[in-house]
Amino acid sequence: MVRHRPHRRVAGSALVLFAAACALSGCGGGEGGATSLTYYIADAAQADVAARCATESGGAYTFDIQRLPNNAAGGREQLLRRLAAEDRSMDIVSVDPPFMAEFANAGFLRAFTDQERQEFSDGVLEGPLKQSTFRDTLYSAPLYGNTQLLWYRKSVLQKAGVDPSAGPVTWDQLIEGASRAGVTVAAQGRRNESLMVWVNALVASAGGSILQPGSENVPADQVEAGLDSPAGAAAARIMHELAVSPAAPAGFSTAGEEDSRAAFQAATGGFMVNWPYVWAAMDAGIEEGSLPANFKDDVGWAAYPRVDAGTESASPSGGLGLSISAFSRKQDLAVEAIRCLADERSQKEFMISAGNPAALGSVFDDPDIRAKFPMADQIRTGLDAATPRPVSPYYGDVTGAIQTAFHPPDSLSPETTPRAANDLLEAVLSNERLI
Amino acid sequence: MSTTIPAAPPSTPARTRPHRRAPVTDRARKERNLGWLLAGPAFIAMVAVTGYPILNAVWLSLFDYRLTDPAGRDFVALGNYVTILTDGLFWKQFGVTSLITVVTVSAELVLGFALAMVMHRALYLRTALRTAILVPYGIITVVSAYAWAYGFSNTYGFVNGLFGLGDYDWFGGTWSALFTVCVAEIWKTTPFMSLLLLAGLAQIPDDYLEAAKVDGATAWQRVKRVILPNMKAAIMVALLFRTLDAFRIFDSVFIMTAGAQGTETLSFLAYRQTISRVMVGLGSAVSVILAVLVVLIAVMFVKVFKTDLSQQRGDRK
Repeated sequence: MVRHRPHRRVAGSALVLFAAACALSGCGGGEGGATSLTYYIADAAQADVAARCATESGGAYTFDIQRLPNNAAGGREQLLRRLAAEDRSMDIVSVDPPFMAEFANAGFLRAFTDQERQEFSDGVLEGPLKQSTFRDTLYSAPLYGNTQLLWYRKSVLQKAGVDPSAGPVTWDQLIEGASRAGVTVAAQGRRNESLMVWVNALVASAGGSILQPGSENVPADQVEAGLDSPAGAAAARIMHELAVSPAAPAGFSTAGEEDSRAAFQAATGGFMVNWPYVWAAMDAGIEEGSLPANFKDDVGWAAYPRVDAGTESASPSGGLGLSISAFSRKQDLAVEAIRCLADERSQKEFMISAGNPAALGSVFDDPDIRAKFPMADQIRTGLDAATPRPVSPYYGDVTGAIQTAFHPPDSLSPETTPRAANDLLEAVLSNERLI
Repeated sequence: MSTTIPAAPPSTPARTRPHRRAPVTDRARKERNLGWLLAGPAFIAMVAVTGYPILNAVWLSLFDYRLTDPAGRDFVALGNYVTILTDGLFWKQFGVTSLITVVTVSAELVLGFALAMVMHRALYLRTALRTAILVPYGIITVVSAYAWAYGFSNTYGFVNGLFGLGDYDWFGGTWSALFTVCVAEIWKTTPFMSLLLLAGLAQIPDDYLEAAKVDGATAWQRVKRVILPNMKAAIMVALLFRTLDAFRIFDSVFIMTAGAQGTETLSFLAYRQTISRVMVGLGSAVSVILAVLVVLIAVMFVKVFKTDLSQQRGDRK
């Protein structure tokens, strides 16, 4: 008896350990039956929509919700690691559009059939649709589209001598006007994906492109960058000028979207480029009492600033698409679920709760949306004009190199940055340099 | 239950035992076998979970291999190592890592020694004091890094308010950002250093100190002539452990600066190549270089500084 006890205890402990490890790591996850779909979400509001869809399906499917990290790079890394390991417990994944090409090229995503493509692209705005396809195949069903607007405080316009509501304004006008009025121009100078968004918008607005056309179809070491150009120089010049001007908010080189919003809402706030979620976020600030109740009366919006006065701006493009893992064993059921998750009603709900613009044009005509988002038309126009970040199977290298070469903004120079960035990008893609 | 434990620290009565012991008795052999039997499974598990990944990393480091492009995997022999060692970025980050290591370990040694003295000498509230000093070490590095990142933040941090620095951006410049990283590291790991030093302090017989006192040594002389020489082994072991740890710094940099403003360290370089770029071959090569550097540091401590790891266990002659 006595002799056996230790064995039993060891066996018991091992069982407990195993159970604990399972509970922690979720082994056997997604085994909740043949109708349970593991759904990786990037925004908490997706869970509410999913809960409704599951109920409406009448038991056809349920969701096991998994939350991705709340920053773009973290989300990409987690999906990439799991997909590369051929994780069969993943069914529906939320993919940030610039990363889709990388996943699709690696064979990680299930291509939608022609019929499904028809269904999921019907009525979708140009910008979100463009970034959901790779090599003429649809890999993501657009859930929402996103674009940045120029936000301004109406009270500072007169002193600044710029009026975005009267017509398009340029970055130079904004920097000069804000400096004159003693207010800030908030942009994202932090070294993460948001810096890439800004660089891409500036380069594209100046008529250039970070990668030469056609680069998505060549091997990494043959990709040619397009930054050593007047457009690349214009981007470096504007970023540098803003960073060293009195219009740069404190901590400019470390400011992400939320820091920009804080700078805009501060007493010295004047102008800001940012995604439309800020409008919903301001409501939260008013509710909490951190912003005056009439704060939004002072806030105006306009199209993204131009680089050249005569050339239309290329506003940033973002959003989220729903893709199906190529390793999922429930792919047909996943398509069925996406039909609900990304339909018009879901996109509307999602836009209201998360503040992220729908990808379907029809949602912008909805009276509820128009009441909550007075800038709905502006967003819709922006989505059509939005220019996606480079489509490349090696996007991780592209964004990493750009973030290294264009940071910190106050050290950039239109003479040297474009060439240095071009060389770095090509060398990194050829595996000759580190980032 | 009553069997003798062979590795027991030799005490005075045991002195005579080696004379009586035959070369290898049956009993000793049995015990040795039992030792292997008991340690065997753990040993095998260790080799499986550490040996295999290490060897696999060395193997992968010889390839140009991108995780998203398995078909394009090419054998490049030492090509990745050449790329790394000829890239200025590697040497820059080697410099940053070394700087952080030297600064944090030196500061931790001084502060840790002071804290160890306090813990050793405290007359009242000993347990409470020791617990309080050890609290930072019990906090997960990521959490402490977040706490300090918020603390140094120019919008809601307490540091700027405390020192009247307005909206100074600590993370906006290389030196100030490195300073914040070092502060977070020192705050977090000084308790560990003091714990190791406390063990060393406790080993110094009170007789030595009393004798020194009787001979008229001042407090400083006692520290310099009695305490420090007798603690040399403990100090070296503490330095070795902390240096190896500090050289692999990742969490604080990742959370506080994300490597911006030239604060990237060698671990960050490995992370960037392996996880962000999914260049598994290149990233493995960086990891292998990092591992070799860590081994070199350990060898340097053991061979050059004659650090005796057995001293830490209390096996004093």
